This record gives sequence, C-alpha cells and structure tokens, in this order.
Amino acid sequence: MRRNPDPAQPPSLFGALWPLGAALILVLGVSLFVGRYPRPFFTPPGLLWSDDLAGQLVWSLRLPRVLTAALLGMTLAGAGTVLQTVFRNPLVEPGFLGVSQGAAFGAALSIVVLGANLPPLAREAIASVFALGGLALSYALARRLRFGGWVLRLVLAGIAVSALFSSGVGVLKYLADPLTQLPELTFWLLGGLSALTWSGLFYLLPLVLPGLALMLLMRWRLNLLSLHDETSFSLGTSPGRERALVLLGAVVATAAVTAVSGIVAWVGLVVPHLARRAFGADARVALPAAMLIGGIFTALCDDLARTLLAGEIPLGILTSFLGALGFALLMTRTRLRVTA
Amino acid sequence: MTAPAALSLRDLRFSYEPGGPEVLRSLTLDIPPGTATAVLGPNGCGKTTLLHVVLGWLAPRGGEVVVAGRPQGEISPRRRGRLVALVPQTEHVPFDFSVLEYVLMGRTPHLGVLGMPGAQDHRIALETLESLGLDHLSRRPVPELSGGERQMVTLARALAQRTPILLLDEPTAHLDLSNKGRLLSTLRRLADEGTTVLFTTHDPEAAALAARFVVLMRGGEVLAAGTQEEVLEAGRLSLTYGVPVRVVEIAGRRVVLLDEAAG
Repeated sequence: MRRNPDPAQPPSLFGALWPLGAALILVLGVSLFVGRYPRPFFTPPGLLWSDDLAGQLVWSLRLPRVLTAALLGMTLAGAGTVLQTVFRNPLVEPGFLGVSQGAAFGAALSIVVLGANLPPLAREAIASVFALGGLALSYALARRLRFGGWVLRLVLAGIAVSALFSSGVGVLKYLADPLTQLPELTFWLLGGLSALTWSGLFYLLPLVLPGLALMLLMRWRLNLLSLHDETSFSLGTSPGRERALVLLGAVVATAAVTAVSGIVAWVGLVVPHLARRAFGADARVALPAAMLIGGIFTALCDDLARTLLAGEIPLGILTSFLGALGFALLMTRTRLRVTA
Repeated sequence: MTAPAALSLRDLRFSYEPGGPEVLRSLTLDIPPGTATAVLGPNGCGKTTLLHVVLGWLAPRGGEVVVAGRPQGEISPRRRGRLVALVPQTEHVPFDFSVLEYVLMGRTPHLGVLGMPGAQDHRIALETLESLGLDHLSRRPVPELSGGERQMVTLARALAQRTPILLLDEPTAHLDLSNKGRLLSTLRRLADEGTTVLFTTHDPEAAALAARFVVLMRGGEVLAAGTQEEVLEAGRLSLTYGVPVRVVEIAGRRVVLLDEAAG
C-alpha cells in the first residue's frame, strides 16, 4: 500500500482508498454469514436456500443490522474527524455537545415513564428529540457565555449540558424498576443493535445520508476550519457559517445513529486518529478514510457482539475495549503512514 | 504618497465594545500600490487591530476601508481572498498537515465553495515554495518546523493566494537575525515586483530595512506618515515610544538607537 505520489498532482482518492473500500465490502459480505443461527459462528451459504428460516433471518435481520453497523461506524468516525478538526482538539468525540447524554436521557425517560415494552421506533424518536435538544441547549448556552473564544465556549457548554443530562439519567436509573426497566436501560446505555430491523435502518437514512454527504462535500473547507478564524477568513471563507453548517451535518447524523444504537463509545475518538496517522491530516483523504475504517471496525465489533457468546454482548463494550486497546497501541507507535 | 491608493482608510474608527474605548481613532491613510509600508509603533497601539479592520475581519465602527477602489463591505468573501492575503503574527496549525498541504490552503479563494485544489493549484503551491527556497520542506509536517521555517511557510501560504495586497502582522517578532534578514529582503523583493505590502512592527530597524513608507502609530492614532526618511526621525520616535532615541546613519542605512541618557 505504500506509494510515493507525485506532489504536483492532487492525491487520488480512489488510489489511496480502494483497499479500504474493498475491505468494507468484504467485511459486510462475510458478516452476513457470521452469527449464532442456524449454527454457531458460520452459516454455510447453501443453507440460505435450503433452510427457509435461515434465509429469512439473514435477509430481514442480519442484512439491515450489518448495514446499520457500518453506517453507525462511518457516521461516528466521520463526525469525530469533523469535530476534532473544527475544535482543533484531538480529544473531542462526536457526542460531546450534549448529543450522547441527551439521547441517553431520552431513551431512559421513554423506558422508565412509558414502560419497557415501547416499540423501538418510538424510543428512537424520543432519543433523537433529546439528542438534538442537547445540541440546541449546548449551542444556546455557548452563545450566552460571556468569556472565551467560540471554540472554548462550545466545549464548556457541551460539558455542562452533558453533565446535566447524565445526572438526569442517574435519577432515572434510581427510579427504574430493577426487574424490568433497569436491565433494559442498562443494555441501552451500553450500546447495541440487537433490536434492529429494516424499519430502524430506514428511520436513520434521511438524517444520516445528508449528514455524511455534507461532511464529505466540505472536506477541503474542513482543513481551513482547523486554522485560526482570521486566517481562514483571509482565505475567502466565512468561518462562522461554514463551521456551523459542517457541525450541524455531523452532529445531527450522530444524534440519529445514537438514538438507534445507544452509546457506542470510542469509535468517534480513535478512528479519526488512526485515519490521520495512516493517511495524513488532509481531510480530503483522512475524512473518507476515517469513515471507511469506522464502518469496518464497527461492523467487525458487531459481528463479535452477536457471535462470541450465546447471549448478545453489548456493542459499546466491545468498541470501548478494542478501541482503547487500539488507541494505546497507536499512541506508542511512532509512525504509521500509508501514503506520503 | 501620490499614486492611486491600493488601500484607503477614511476616518476609520474602531472599538471592541460599542461605546467602549476607541482602539483606532479617526484614522485616515492611503497606501500606494506596489510599495512596502510599515506600520510602526509600540506594543498595544492598535497595529494588529488596524490589520484586522483592513482585512475586513473586524468591522469598523465608523469610516470605511477601500480596497483596490471598492468599499470593503461590498467585496464578496471569495473576491476578498483574491485581493488581500494575511500572514498572522503566529499561525497555529493543530494537525500534521504537510507544508505542501498547508500552502495549498492558500489556493482556496480560487476554488468553488465545494471545490478541491487541482493540478494547477498543486503546481502554483510548489512554485511558490520554490520561489522562497522552501521546496525541500514540502513534505515536512508544519508543526515540526522551526520558528523561522514556519514563518516563511506561512508567507508561502499567503503568496499562493496570488493577491495584489499582502498584510503581515509583526512578521519578524519571533525571528533570529538571519531569518529576519531573509524575511525582510523577501518583502522588499515582493514590493519591487508590484505587490502592495503592509506590515506592522514594533521594531524601527525592520521598518528601516524593508519599508519605503512608514506610518507611525501611537494610542490608536497616526502620528506621522510618509517616506522613511521623513518619518524615522529622532524627535518623533522618542515621542512615540516614550523614551529618548537617536537615529544615526551607518553605511547609508538608518539605525535607531536608545539614547544613552535613557537609563
């Protein structure tokens, strides 16, 4: 994969990223045949036609779930890259502007107040409303803060709003019925895609696809937003407006996937680092690379989540474990660069 | 200053808060095209604010800025980026962009809103690096550069914009002697080639070395403006900096010295 591109030519996206694209398609294809039914670990393709139940399982449960896992990873990693760049801070993750904790609060509220047997789509809708509410609250608070630059104000507001919602989640946990509601709530907070069907995936698409497209289209402008605002302004941009637009795309998409998956941690933090290490800081390549790596990583973690044990392992536990492990390895390696 | 101005400031006023203390007070200036002009004054006299108002980043509370014959407020962001480039006092590059990627950012005003730099932009970025003798750095990450290298690379990024007007904020403040000489001679060369260069400095020597015209500022006001022979004069400089100074000529150059009686 190591190449030495001609500096007088723009980097070729296809040339740099085709191995990742191919890997994502391969992982998605193989994932369809990985699971616990009809037999543990691997489903021989022939069974799809001979065993009706196996076929139905693959088409109506496994396929939407595998696609959602990939979409979830692409969104979290892409949004993580956007937020780290815009906030010029490599420790930011996509849910920090009140989005993750807002979604958690919305989901917890729906479980405790409306009962554990709520249809998943209703819970997702409520979680989305609170995720976007968390974002709006962070934004409104940041506008009112009377000190610091815009970036610092947003970070502080995001921390305050997240803490507010997370204390609310604490109250709801305390109030939840320990036999019916608390397990459901805990499982949601650990993140996972176990209840997902086609309708869950279709619910995501109208919010996630425009968000991903917006991030990709603005990836050159994203580079400029990492510079100081007056420099970015001198380069003919409108930094305030462009930052708001790309953040909106990233955070709305994150809110939507979080509402469906629960809190899937570490993907949005680690994968952008990995992509920048491997492909350089230029978002022209690093952003799509992060999306592809995020999709591969999350789809693989979800395969493990539903295959390793007879019961489902929460996806968020696996992404945290493998993500943190990968992060430690990554930070102790000096160089890992695919293209110059 | 008789030629039609590249930059005109008309009765410019600025304060950070409405009704707050005025940082710029009724400033009127004409910057002639194709020359280097230094805005000279002590720290905190409003030099950086002046550059930001000229750029359009800060909106004046009164008066107007006319850039290449057009009022600042009527210029679109993209056109502004093709007219005026900025080298800020310190450029913070938080990620490992290569020097080439960073210089390519200077091509942004020549792209569409969603456009990416193409082969021609890559060529111009490389040519700009070559013209400053920096092509050997093109693959290095910007955060790993030395202070002097970084200031030259920031200049390269601004020059890749190919603008007729170049603003620099204290370009020599953090440079050692050799880098300072290199940067100032580059500014002289750019002015000779037709670029309008406007730079701020608190260092009379930098003004004497690179600028044909000098604007002397103190407390948000222009104390004097003219050729450096007219302005770099002991009485005026002593008043501006609040310490007695002497101006002596050594080898045909003006050198500003703190007067021995100052202590």
